[in-house]
This record gives sequence, C-alpha cells and structure tokens, in this order.
Amino acid sequence: MKDWRYWLAEQRGTLLAFGIFIVMFAIYSANHPAGFTANVVQTAANKGVLLAFVAMAQTLVVITAGIDLSVGMIFTLTNCMASWLVIGTGLETAFGVLAVLGTGLLCGAVNGAIVIYGRLQPIVATIATGAVFFGLALLLRPVPGGSVNEDLADFLTGRFFGVVPASLVALLVIVLVVWVPFSRSELGRAAYAAGSSETAAYMSGVPIRRGKFLAYTLAGLLAAIGGLFLTFFTYTGEAAYASGNAYTLFSIAAVVLGGVSLFGGKGSAIGAIFGALAFRTIGDLLFVFDFDPLWQPLFQGVILLIAVSLGAFALFRVRNRLEWFL
Amino acid sequence: MDGAAPLFRMEGISKRYGGVRALEKADLTVAAGGIHAILGENGAGKSTLIKIMAGVVAPDEGTMTLDGREVSFASPAAANQSGIVCIFQELSLIPELSVADNIVISDPPKRFGMIDRKAQRRIAEEALARAGASDIHPCALVKDLPLSRRQMVEIAKALARKPRILILDEATSALTAADVAKVFEVLKRLRSEGLALLYISHRMNEIAELADHCTVFRNGRNVASYPAGSKSDNEVVELMIGREYSHIFPPKPGPTAAATTVLEARNLSWADRLDNISLSVRAGEVVGLGGLDGQGQRELLLAFFGVLRGLSGEILIDGKPVSIASPTAASHGRIGMALIPEDRKTEGLMLPMTVRENLSFAALDRLSKGGIIDRAAEQRLIDDMVGLLAIKTAGLDIPVGALSGGNQQKVVIAKWLMRQPRIILLNDPTRGIDVGTKQELYQLMRKLADAGAAILFYSTDYDELIGCCDRVLVLYDGAVKRELVGAEITEHALIASALNIHGEGAGPRQGAGA
Repeated sequence: MKDWRYWLAEQRGTLLAFGIFIVMFAIYSANHPAGFTANVVQTAANKGVLLAFVAMAQTLVVITAGIDLSVGMIFTLTNCMASWLVIGTGLETAFGVLAVLGTGLLCGAVNGAIVIYGRLQPIVATIATGAVFFGLALLLRPVPGGSVNEDLADFLTGRFFGVVPASLVALLVIVLVVWVPFSRSELGRAAYAAGSSETAAYMSGVPIRRGKFLAYTLAGLLAAIGGLFLTFFTYTGEAAYASGNAYTLFSIAAVVLGGVSLFGGKGSAIGAIFGALAFRTIGDLLFVFDFDPLWQPLFQGVILLIAVSLGAFALFRVRNRLEWFL
Repeated sequence: MDGAAPLFRMEGISKRYGGVRALEKADLTVAAGGIHAILGENGAGKSTLIKIMAGVVAPDEGTMTLDGREVSFASPAAANQSGIVCIFQELSLIPELSVADNIVISDPPKRFGMIDRKAQRRIAEEALARAGASDIHPCALVKDLPLSRRQMVEIAKALARKPRILILDEATSALTAADVAKVFEVLKRLRSEGLALLYISHRMNEIAELADHCTVFRNGRNVASYPAGSKSDNEVVELMIGREYSHIFPPKPGPTAAATTVLEARNLSWADRLDNISLSVRAGEVVGLGGLDGQGQRELLLAFFGVLRGLSGEILIDGKPVSIASPTAASHGRIGMALIPEDRKTEGLMLPMTVRENLSFAALDRLSKGGIIDRAAEQRLIDDMVGLLAIKTAGLDIPVGALSGGNQQKVVIAKWLMRQPRIILLNDPTRGIDVGTKQELYQLMRKLADAGAAILFYSTDYDELIGCCDRVLVLYDGAVKRELVGAEITEHALIASALNIHGEGAGPRQGAGA
C-alpha cells in the first residue's frame, strides 16, 4: 500500500543524484554549440563512464564503512597492463582482457585480505597498496606508450545504431552483471550489515568477513574495467600519478554526491554512477559557459561542499549530544 | 525437571574476565515447554551465563549438553544453528537495513543464489504477525523505528529463526504496556508449542505472571532453583543478597545542620528515559543514585552536565534556575560542576596522551594566560593533585594508558578536581578497579564532601551506596521510586526498591525526595 514510499525513501540519494545530473546535463547540452546530439552525448558518456566505474568500485568498499584509496592506482595499473596485453588476434585480445580483469580482482583481494585478516585500517592499507600498484604500473610503462586492439576499442567507445553510446551500454551491462547480483546476494547484504553496525551483524551471525572481502575484491574488478576502458579511449597506457590520484579523490566525491554514506551501510552504486556523471558534467558546464578552466577545481569544490552539507542536517535532530561523536 | 530429560544443561561453568570472576561453577537445567526465569542483582553473572549459552563468549571451564549431547558454540551463528536464539538487551538490529532484511539476516531465502525478496517479505510478515507486531511495515528502515518497535522487530527476528530455546534478556524493558501484553501472549503460545524460554527480567510482576521455574544467581553461582510461586518476594530478595564484600568505608558525619542546597532538579524529564525527576543535593552531602543498571541514572547525570537536548523541567544551582547548554557551561563559572564518567577509556581519558596532558584538559582555561599555558602553574597544580590522590605513575610524561585501571580512574578524578568543582557527579566510578583504590576513592569522596562539595554518586554496587551515602535515591524506569535516608539504607531496602517491590523496611518514604 505504502510500499512505494519506503522504496522512495530508500532510493532518495540515488534519485537526488539522478536529478542533479539531469539538470546539469540539460543545462550543458542546451548551451553546447552543437546542442543535444548523438556526438555530444557520446563524448560526455565516454568521459563519464571512466569515473563511473571507479566510483562503483569505491561504493562497494564505502558500503562496508571502509575506504579504498587505491582504486585510482588499480585503474592506472590495469591501464598500463592493457596497453601490453589487449592486442593481437581475437583470442589473444580475449586473453588480455581476462588477464587485466584478473589483475584487478587480485589487487582488490589483496586490499581485502590486508584490511580484514590483517586488521589494518582501510585508509592506511590502501594508501600503501595504492603506492605498490602505482609502482608496478611504472615498471610496466616507464614512459607512456603501447597500443590496444583498435577494433575492440572503437566498438566499445562508438555508438550502437548511430545513437546509443556503446560505453553507456557497457556500463549498464556491468551494473547488471556485477552490481545487481552483489546487492541482492547474501554476502552483499553482509557487506551492508557490516558497514551499518558490525557488532549487530556479528551478533546476528552474518558472514561479515566474507561479505567485506567480496566487496573489496569486486572493487578491484570494477576499477580494472575502468582501466580497460581508459585504454580503449586513449589507445595507450600511461603510469600517470596525478591522474590516478585524481580518480581516487573524484570517486569519493562521486560516491558522496550519489548518496552513499561514508559511515557505511547505506547507498547504491547506481547513485554513485549518477554522482560520477554529475561530477563530470560540472567540469563540462564551465567549458560551455566559456569560463577560464582555472575556475574548474574551485567550482567543483563548491558544488561538492554544498552536496555534502545536505547530509549533515540530521545532526540537528540528535537529542543526546554524545551521539554526535559516535 | 522430573520425568522428561532436560533439553539443555550447563554444568560447572566458570568464566573470568581478567581477575574478576563472573561465573563460578554455575549450573543450569532448562526443560522444553517451560518458561524459566533467571534472577539476580547487578553483576550476579546472569549476562555472562546467557552470553555463554548464545555463543558470544566461551566458558573457561564446564560443559553444555543439548539433547544429551555435549555442545560448544564458537559464535552466535553456531548457537543459532543448534536452535538457541537470544534476544539481547543491546539490540542486534542493523540500523540501515529494512525490517524484513533484519528479520531474515542470518539465513535469507535465496533463488538462483540471490536473495528472494518476495519470500523474504513473506517470512518477515509471518514473523511480525507471530510476534504480535503486524503494525510494523516490513520495508521500514530499522533506524526510523522508535525503540519499542525495534524491540518487537528483535523478537520477530528471533522467532523467524525457529528457535528451540529462546532467551529473552530484559526484552521487555523498552516496551509499552500494550506491547508487553502482546509479547506475553506470544511467549505463552511458544511455551505451549514446546519451546524452552529463558526469561531474564528485573520486573517481579512479569516473572510472577510468566515463569514456571526460577533460578537465582548470586556471586556467579546459582544459589537456588524453585518452582515459580513457591517463594515470597521477600524470600527472593533474601536469596539475592549476600555478596562477599571487603570494603572499608570512612565514617559518615551523621545528620548535620541543614546546609544550603547547591544542586536541585525539578520535574526533570527527557525523551522516555527520565520521568519527572526532582531531587536536591546540599553542600557537604553525598547523595547516592541506586537501582538496577540502566534505569536512567546515567541520563540523569548527563542531563545535569548539559549533554542532553530537549530536556524539560528545571535545574537550579544555589536556588537559582540555570540553563546548562554544554559540559563547558556546566564546568565553568559559578556552576562549577564536574562529571566523572562511567567509561574512563572513552569518555574520561585520551589514552595515548600523557598523564600531564590528561590532567590539564579540564582546567586549561584556568591555567593559561592569553591562550598560552602557564607551565609553572600547571606543574604546581598537577603536583598537588598527584599528591592528594596518591597517583602511582612512573612519570607525568608517560601515556595515561600505561597506568593501572585504578590509577587511570584517579587521573580522571584529579583532572576535574583541578577546577575545584562545587558539584561532583560520579557515574559508577569504581567499576573495574581494585579494592585498595576503591577505599582511597571512598575516603576522597568524604573528604571532598566535608570540604563543602555536593556529591551525586551513582553506583551499581549496593554496598558502596550503603557505605558512602547520606541519602540514596532509587531509580526505576527513569523515575525516583524511593528515597532512603541514613539507617534506612540497607541492602534489603535497596534491592527491594530497585525491583520496585515494597519490602517491610520501616516507614519507606515514597516518591521523589527534596
């Protein structure tokens, strides 16, 4: 009867991110010299999905009340790897793709193992592993270079039927294949439960460790998919430190914009995807309004601050001040 | 217990936490199709016993048998699988998940490896109906429900696991009277379905209505087991008395000439935890707060200290109404209040910081000039405190976490004494510290009172209340139920009024004092 209301309340963060994105994108395409055309959408999609993949990765970890500061570096490492391996005949390319994705899984699993079984704080553990992943990337690509199977790359970054951006379709497929099963699985729910209240989850006999481990591992996979797409867009591999770190930080921003709680237990990767697309659009908006690009970081920062402040209003309702610090 | 073989039996169970003995060779036998009440005062070992049953902690020694087979539980999940489900006092619900998610959390129904939401919904609705709580929507998030509804969800969650033994630890403490009636119906039905129920409650009337069998715990041992109704309330209280004490208390000055009232509360209420509390504390007086743990004592102290928002009623200092908006306001200026918190590790000390830094925190404003700390003045004051309290430390510049529990507690107290407070609130300050330090604290408390401080002292240890206090206010359900003065403060009177039954203590004064 009132079911839809509960659904609405649950999806509020996601819908808000969706709304923000739609408004921004409408303003953007309305003011774009070329207007709302397949070309404009395709370019925006190709830029947006990279951050969307990394933000999905971040979401999985944030749900467990952790944080993954190595996602950007997994993204960079897998980009460098793909520029060596995803090339040649169909079979060789397929092997390369699998190797790249396997590497992502492994990176995520290492993070998970250190955090869960080594009992290190996620922030410290992933700073360290992130540095290791970047070091490996640098060994693979001391200077930018390499190449990629261009047929595959063009197919996945082009358009289907001349209108639908292929990268968006790929994003949708990944959501259906990775996120939806995860969020509806027992271990996915364990990840949420562990993020929301680890003690209560333990008392309820929830498989906390396996749930968290799965979240970290899949985060590695999603970051690797992002790295793969980066290679498809650029045709090269580059161990770019600044870009890796930027992706890590932007992914956190996208996650917050997407209504995922940094305290864990709440939010959805779908929200984070719209958060990522919205965050990207903020930058593009400045471009169509002919602002000096120098303004971009400042502008993005202000938008982010406003969005994050919305989440703090709940503190006004707390009646026992000690709960502020919980 | 005659005839049918017992469903579950615990024999010779012992458990120690550090040097503290929580359970000592305790036995318990549980029969199917009955409600078994467990009684005992604070710290008698009831919680430890059920934690062991539910797989939360492992016993040091002893055996547990279920259906005649020996069992041991490595985790709550293992106990659940054997059919032992516990509804804990601290809720085990996950706030960000929905009611339905929570009910099926330990074993969600699955289809193609994913959680079957329709089946989950059905199970949740069934369980809620069985618990008599069909008014709760399965899609609601637990964090949005009030405490009493959460408690009902907790019961529904336990029922959804199809338990054979259901343990309820103070499960009705947060419920409204209407809910309690519903829950009782459910429990009686479960009993007729052949479940074994263990019921832990401090409410004697609930036990009288529900229980078939009672076991009394004292000092970590089961001291008596009897069919319900075969003993009077007074006999039960007698069984619960008799902890072993070895404390020495300083002499009380006895009734003194009426000193001025320093701290006063009028009709203080907050949320559903404090109910119309009025009290007063005079200079030089030690007033105890008694009652069972969690009856609002902690909230009352926090209310005085400016931590709670939305407080109704009045707080008066020296007879004048004040509004205390924060701990800073409470401790500064003419109010001069100090709160020694219950959990020194989280609320009292910054463990990795040095003894010196910890001692100075509360008094930094007095020790600094223009924002710069006057190191010499700080040193003088710290030397005074270390001497006064005989804090044993290898130096002032070692982390306070390296001190023993008793000395840590002394640091917490000294930190506040550096402000020379006129009103001192103590929240169970002797929990987990050694006997020698306890005695020093008792003496210090009396010394401070003699010097004119007004002291409000909450303790879970009845003996302390008897030994230290000039008056004791007993709280029950967030309200002051009884005031005991001077010779009226006996263990019998304390326990009887904590359980809200009226013993034959001569001329008890009912209601709020002051």
